[in-house]
Amino acid sequence: MGKMHVKLTVNGRAVEALAEPRTLLIHFLRENLELTGPHIGCETSHCGACTVDLDGKSVKSCTLFVAQANGADIVTIEGIAHADGTLHALQEAFRQHHGLQCGFCTPGMITRAWRLLQENPNPTEEEVRYGISGNLCRCTGYQNIVKAVLAAAHELSAVKEAAE
Amino acid sequence: MNAPVPTPIERAEKLQGLGSSRKRVEDARFTQGKGRYVDDMKMPGMLYGDFVRSPYGHARIKSINAEAAKALPGVIAVLTAADLKPLGLHYMPTLAGDVQAVLAEEKVLYQNQEVAFVVADDRYVAADAVELVEVEYEELPALVDPFKAMDADAPVLREDLAGKTTGAHGPRNHHNHIFTWTVGDKDGTHAALDAAEVVAEELITYQRVHPCPLETCGCVASMDKINGKLTVWGTFQAPHAVRTVASLISGIPEHNIRIVSPDIGGGFGNKVGVYPGYICAIVASIVTGKPVKWVEDRIENLSTTAFARDYHMRGRIGATKDGRITALDCHVLADHGAFDACADPTKYPAGFFSICTGSYDIPVAHLVVDGVYTNKAPGGVAYRCSFRVTEASYFIERMIDVLARKLDMDPAELRLKNFIGKEQFPYTSALGWEYDSGDYQTAMTKAMDTVGYAALRAEQAENRAAFARGETRSLMGIGVAFFTEIVGAGPVKNCDILGLGMFDSCEIRIHPTGSAIARLGTISQGQGHATTFAQILATEIGIPASMITVEEGDTDTAPYGLGTYGSRSTPVAGAATAMAGRKIRAKAQMIAAWLLEVHEDDLEWEVDRFVVKGAPERSKTMTEIAFASYNQAIPGLEPGLEAVSYYDPPNMTYPFGAYVCVLDIDVDTGVSTVRRFYALDDCGTRINPMIIEGQVHGGLTEALAIAMGQEITYDEIGNVKGATLMDFFLPTAVETPAWETDFTVTPSPHHPIGAKGVGESPNVGGVSAFSNAVNDAFAHLGLTHTPMPHDHWRVWQTAERLGLTG
Repeated sequence: MGKMHVKLTVNGRAVEALAEPRTLLIHFLRENLELTGPHIGCETSHCGACTVDLDGKSVKSCTLFVAQANGADIVTIEGIAHADGTLHALQEAFRQHHGLQCGFCTPGMITRAWRLLQENPNPTEEEVRYGISGNLCRCTGYQNIVKAVLAAAHELSAVKEAAE
Repeated sequence: MNAPVPTPIERAEKLQGLGSSRKRVEDARFTQGKGRYVDDMKMPGMLYGDFVRSPYGHARIKSINAEAAKALPGVIAVLTAADLKPLGLHYMPTLAGDVQAVLAEEKVLYQNQEVAFVVADDRYVAADAVELVEVEYEELPALVDPFKAMDADAPVLREDLAGKTTGAHGPRNHHNHIFTWTVGDKDGTHAALDAAEVVAEELITYQRVHPCPLETCGCVASMDKINGKLTVWGTFQAPHAVRTVASLISGIPEHNIRIVSPDIGGGFGNKVGVYPGYICAIVASIVTGKPVKWVEDRIENLSTTAFARDYHMRGRIGATKDGRITALDCHVLADHGAFDACADPTKYPAGFFSICTGSYDIPVAHLVVDGVYTNKAPGGVAYRCSFRVTEASYFIERMIDVLARKLDMDPAELRLKNFIGKEQFPYTSALGWEYDSGDYQTAMTKAMDTVGYAALRAEQAENRAAFARGETRSLMGIGVAFFTEIVGAGPVKNCDILGLGMFDSCEIRIHPTGSAIARLGTISQGQGHATTFAQILATEIGIPASMITVEEGDTDTAPYGLGTYGSRSTPVAGAATAMAGRKIRAKAQMIAAWLLEVHEDDLEWEVDRFVVKGAPERSKTMTEIAFASYNQAIPGLEPGLEAVSYYDPPNMTYPFGAYVCVLDIDVDTGVSTVRRFYALDDCGTRINPMIIEGQVHGGLTEALAIAMGQEITYDEIGNVKGATLMDFFLPTAVETPAWETDFTVTPSPHHPIGAKGVGESPNVGGVSAFSNAVNDAFAHLGLTHTPMPHDHWRVWQTAERLGLTG
């Protein structure tokens, strides 16, 4: 099978590669770019462990070919922390509120929550639960994840207000 | 003026020892996507393995043609049973004394059973090659009903066991019979039931489900031919046991095998056993001389790795008219699938199911468990429940409710009337377990008071009246569950896995500048051991938890242990940790005595230092003592400061809890809405309350899934149904309700720090609470028992059968 030339931006860096048309974005990220943050938990696009941000939307990278991401701007969990290395409010909040246990759903969950809070900076608990319903977790029962997302929302609003 | 000396309380707080809701050290890497799970591993020259699997539930293999597959560029090898047989590896021993096919030789016995292993240089090429392997099958009639397994004309499944009238657990009286296990007083129980004023009887089925951790099973096997050493990184909940088993079946001596469990994305029992993928990856690495990675996909995980439950339990419970239980009889039909791959201690083919007298003082009881083979995936394992404990707990908690209906008695009142009394501990049950400690009355009363139980029942009475008047189509259900778990396997004299005693271990080394490293024989899959075991040590040896590294999972460095499952880490390895800490402190006391020029007996321990009795200004901190151990020549003492403890627990531990579930069922849709769920857990000493709460949230969510929708079934020709996430119910944040947690503390008298373990309690208690609530909603209309899962369709059917719809 002939390879295709793909060019995309990942976590702020320009990436250029040859990939088979059938190469899934999740495999390209994990194996070609060695970004092993996003994970694979199923093959029916239910679990959300593979969630990344593509052109401003949360997507399940297991259900996209890298060819479909040609020209796109992608953010993975590895690009969520600030440029100076300090953690994003979500990453801090997940730790403060015990929003993770085995850590396998965590990259996808945080990447999704990151986009959710940009779509809706002040969500209710119900909106958070609906907002992360594409991300399965087997360990936490979600309660502390929701707490962490709400805490991060609060923190981000406070920082924004302080800056204004 | 000098700075004030911190008080002992302030110093203790800084340690973040027992009782601290210390934040987790693991989170730094997980929140930044820097965890290291098996599939993250990439090694030079690494190959990928993938399986050809049977589409049939039961069939004879006529031929396997791998020529087209082998010819595909990038394919290195295709292994079949014929390749493994000369190595004696086409079958492997299971943890239950049976054998399991690694690659099917003459027959396949369940849909998706492994038939061939393709090895290629790229995972996509391996997948292509799988499609090119041609296997010719002759279909055979499938056996999927365990109740028909021992019929005279039942199909023969295990031709490899032909003629074997004795299995690992005793005589076999039919070709599909695995074992019969009995315990208790048969004659006494039957006599008591015959004489009882009231007897309730019910068939309670716990459906087949699967632990389904978010990360599937996998490994990277790498045989270093130059040094003769095999290394396998994998999803192993018991790395040392895997090393010993790998050595026994491969012939490679144990010192030349290194097993590493890296970060594991959830276990829940799924990752205890050894799977064909591990064996095939190891063989492929030996044959090719390259590292070989095998990681299964979700369908493979759900349809071939060890399932959980599948117990059909017929119970008879006898009582006096006023509700005093007099006897309990239980007969279980256990469906083990095609191979008995149950992960149980060897003497317990039905695990600890004999805990089925539960929290109740039942004078006489009898249990029989018959295990049978069927054309289904092999197993079963403990899906977050210790060994068969959730089956046992569900059985007794349903039987209590069934008896309550028959007696027209409140289910909570019936429980209170029959609880083992606090003064009766240590309590020996009718089926032989010595429960260590418990205060059931206090826990139950606290639960009932907190939820306002009497008011809930009053509200339910009004709801039932309103329903009868046609004013509402919603029925309120109140589910009570009071479970007693048995965890912490276990005493070596009666608990072993394949002959390996179920002790556990901790080894600690203190560095000259006062920080430390500890290694354990357990392995966290999310439970936070690196955080919590440091807390146990911090309290024992007075070094802050933040200065103690805790490592697990590398058999080259960790002391031997039996791994993490069955809530055993805290009871066994936690005890070993405390004991090793005490050995450190004992040596530290001698060093301090020498430094302070006093006798050891003149010293007392205060948080993080030894203080001279009566002269508190004279002390030595653990930091000073650590340096001294590397720096001073002390007569009679070796240099350094380290200790190891291998702990053989004197008994199991018995955590317990009181759970109450309130839900509302819409009879026209069958939808149950959980209004409130209250969980009170008593796990003895609480090491990290934040982590305990997280464990309870997670276990309750798994219980919700099991009770309200999860199941794996087979049709009459052996097609597995429910083996993808399209059908296998995993709740999202939307379906999952808010959980209320609470606790009491009844320490274990035999555990060094009084801790019992808690990870599995919520799955055990939760399932009963949900199921009792659904059953309770219809109880006033004559329903005695409706089985799980209580999905919308089944609940609607229950309502329809009772004449409530249409």
